[in-house]
Amino acid sequence: MHSFGYRLNGLLTFSLTILAIMCAITSLSDNLNTPSPSAEIQIMNINWFQKQPQGNDEVSLTMNISADLQSLFTWNTKQLFIFVAAEYETPKNSLNQVSLWDAIIPAKEHAKFWIHTSNKYRFVDQGNNLRGKEFNLTLHWHVMPKTGKMFADKIVLTGYSFPEEYR
Amino acid sequence: MGWIGDTVDSVKSIQIRQLLTQAVSLGMIVTSALIIWKGLMCITGSESPVVVVLSGSMEPGFKRGDILFLHMSKDPIRAGEIVVFNIDGREIPIVHRVIKVHERKDTGEVDVLTKGDNNYGDDRLLYAQGQLYLQRNHIMGRAVGFLPYVGWVTIIMTEKPIIKYILIGALGLLVITSKD
Repeated sequence: MHSFGYRLNGLLTFSLTILAIMCAITSLSDNLNTPSPSAEIQIMNINWFQKQPQGNDEVSLTMNISADLQSLFTWNTKQLFIFVAAEYETPKNSLNQVSLWDAIIPAKEHAKFWIHTSNKYRFVDQGNNLRGKEFNLTLHWHVMPKTGKMFADKIVLTGYSFPEEYR
Repeated sequence: MGWIGDTVDSVKSIQIRQLLTQAVSLGMIVTSALIIWKGLMCITGSESPVVVVLSGSMEPGFKRGDILFLHMSKDPIRAGEIVVFNIDGREIPIVHRVIKVHERKDTGEVDVLTKGDNNYGDDRLLYAQGQLYLQRNHIMGRAVGFLPYVGWVTIIMTEKPIIKYILIGALGLLVITSKD
């Protein structure tokens, strides 16, 4: 009952159990945080808007993105993954979401920012339905913790639309 | 020579009842582990409720050796979710983020494009020849939680199988030679 093997086994089991409980409590402590993020996205320019040879519409645009996401950080946050997606409806698809730009915010200090950028990923439709269409821009964020449950949420900004004609 | 005689004696002196009791308790341990695993599969709705991150394509968020807890609900797949999927013809599941979603109005089926956070381009290069999007049946689950570093045990046992054999051999020896 007191051999080295039994003592080592007992110690290992106990320490693993304690570690697991600590991780669970750490994750639960994230629920105490009440975030209040804000964001604004302006489309500065539609650079071009064409129909590809395969028949899909493609658009390139330049955006001004400003946001304050500092309230999302807790002591258990490793990083914040944010991305801007365009959401719209087409005759064939009830929902289309296209990610235009993303970034990783590693620390609270960087969570209040302003960036002027063109879309990082190509905005290609499944079809050619974009002319004159209205769409929303949503800023999504994913809180990646040091350990435990991941959270995600978004802010929806409405009122954007494509030009009526290709250019 | 006397040593061989001693071993033969001790083998003969093992009582059948004791041996059977040990075999049953070993069987109980193995089956309860299996019950827990299958139970987790039912609760999370995913074929594989826990996966180990094998590549660095999601750094700095997930590093090689982290484990992810998966859950698959009937909720529609939306952009930004981290999903684990299998490509036809490949056995290793891939953990990447959804960047594009096209959901059909009539059937509710969904076309999904994924990309690793740390990769430059999207996953079209990884998909099967001619495949442009993933569908729901390719996706094993959504990542909902994670634990760092714990997966290294699995990676070491897979990449250096000798360690797995040594471990199982040592455990087996321990069970047989223990007094209870």
